[in-house]
Amino acid sequence: MQEQDLAPPVALPMLSPAARRRQLKEKAIAALITAVAFTGIAALVLILVFVAKEALTLVTDAAAREEASFSKMFLPQMVRKGKPLGYVWQPVSGVPKVSMIPLFIGTLKTTAVSMLVAVPLGIFGALFAAEFAPRRLREILKPTIELLAGIPSVVLGFFALMVMASFLQETFGFTSRLNAVVAGLGLALAIVPVIFTVTEDALTAVPRSYREASLALGATPWETAWKVVLPAAAPGILAACVLGFGRAIGETMIVLMASGNAAIVSWNLGDSVRSLSATIAAEMGEVVVGSPHYALLFFIGVELFLFTFVLNMLAGVWTKKVIQRLKGGAG
Amino acid sequence: MKHATRKVVGLSLVSLTGLAAFVMVAMLALILLDVLRGGWSHLSWQFLSQAPSDGMMGGGIFPALFGTAALTLLMTLAVMPVGVLTAVYLHEYARPTSFLARAVRVAVANLAGVPSIVFGLFGLGFFILFVGKGLDHALGYEELHWAQPGILWASLTLAVLTLPVVIVSTEEALRAVPQEQRTASLALGATQSQTLARVVLPGALPGILTGAVLAVSRGAGEVAPILFTGAAYFLPDLPTSLNSQFMHLGYHTYVLATQSPDVEATRPLLYATVLVLLLLTFALNLVAVVIRTRTRRKAAAGH
Repeated sequence: MQEQDLAPPVALPMLSPAARRRQLKEKAIAALITAVAFTGIAALVLILVFVAKEALTLVTDAAAREEASFSKMFLPQMVRKGKPLGYVWQPVSGVPKVSMIPLFIGTLKTTAVSMLVAVPLGIFGALFAAEFAPRRLREILKPTIELLAGIPSVVLGFFALMVMASFLQETFGFTSRLNAVVAGLGLALAIVPVIFTVTEDALTAVPRSYREASLALGATPWETAWKVVLPAAAPGILAACVLGFGRAIGETMIVLMASGNAAIVSWNLGDSVRSLSATIAAEMGEVVVGSPHYALLFFIGVELFLFTFVLNMLAGVWTKKVIQRLKGGAG
Repeated sequence: MKHATRKVVGLSLVSLTGLAAFVMVAMLALILLDVLRGGWSHLSWQFLSQAPSDGMMGGGIFPALFGTAALTLLMTLAVMPVGVLTAVYLHEYARPTSFLARAVRVAVANLAGVPSIVFGLFGLGFFILFVGKGLDHALGYEELHWAQPGILWASLTLAVLTLPVVIVSTEEALRAVPQEQRTASLALGATQSQTLARVVLPGALPGILTGAVLAVSRGAGEVAPILFTGAAYFLPDLPTSLNSQFMHLGYHTYVLATQSPDVEATRPLLYATVLVLLLLTFALNLVAVVIRTRTRRKAAAGH
């Protein structure tokens, strides 16, 4: 740096017109490529703006404000005269009832089931692949998971609906064939690859020196894996779970096909449920454009966007943390 | 802990994790076997080449196959230039620490996490109601021409959805091009754009193709984004223009699985449709894997 500062100023050579033209062209190309790179940002902003725009009727339009106010969406409402206050989603009826609570509960139930299954499966599977499996086995395991990740969600929905639902009903005797458990297990198939892949990446990012140090101190391979490698990769594993959670909340086709689509308020996992995303998919087809119901469906879209956005940002922060921690520790 | 206990705990941990891995593989095998067993016997040339008939309880899936192919072709044409140039910006032009580059990266990562149904809403709100309506106004159409669901809007919606896939895999491909090749090209007097067009992009071509194939396989299976942007329940005719609706393998699967009047009669058709959809996506994934391992091997051999 200092040397540069002390060096005598060099006169810039005069550029020939051809060279200047070439330089101009280079600048134009760089500008074009930079402009195109904005598309990603633009897309994200446009998604939020245009989904929110259609939901805006809920605030601006008096009739919509009356039919679907925030208190009607989130607070208990009188459903029928003489009955206790409750939460009902029934947007198409003489008196539309627009409580979001049954949809939140439905989404939470399917997501909870899927996480309960997919998190241990994904993390343990990744631990096996990264720490214990012989190389040959690992080379089969990873492409297999990639294949599972490549299955379109509509096929997983089909599988949950046609095969798993009947099997589970016979085994557990559910009253409704399609319910939160069936949809949740279908969802688990979709998010296991996400959790597995991200966890495996985090585990393999742990430097070899950690393992060697642990082994040299007399720890067994499993102690090394469990007490050294796993904790070192913890933020990355947390990020994997958060990403899986976000995917489970937003996933549509599986829940639409396998959940039974009934907006019931109960904590029984054997009941049919209706999730936020499936509500959009199921009701958008028959809705009057511009009506309060239509705006409500877009409002659900805004909620989904914001939920998953926050979860993604968190996952991003934690992924970065694991890299920083490992770099700092090793250096 | 005593030596024996340590051994037992260790063994159980290893077998527990092994079991988890086994369960995942077993689930995949179960799905594949079920679909194969249920769909194989119904798969025939007629099935692939005929339109559905008898209220979708007979006939084949040709319009759905054609629709899926046309949709993904349009999608690829839209997403590839944008995705590749964005990756080129991130890897070749931007300083990695610059604010813009970081913003683009964050946006792309978040774009990958947006639920697919929200893309459907976006397609409806932006492409159909905003761009489509604007076009109709500008071109003076009296009736709805562009402001309605159609294959163009559906494929553009999918293009936005698959953008992160293309960007990430193109960036990986660019990273695989050795730095020396760029330096050598620049040292010979080539400009940055000449280096890009004649050295870097050709070198990264296999990786970029991988990205395209992955995007196609992802886009071909997505149903939620096209629910309200162009997919049709039943349409014996093939789409003839950019604003016509189309049939789609995934949507067809959904319709057959959930809205059939006679489940038993539809079952073989449904299974065969799912089998075709699965074979298609797996074939595409396989192609991607093959290209990738080949380029990696070549890159390794070059060093």
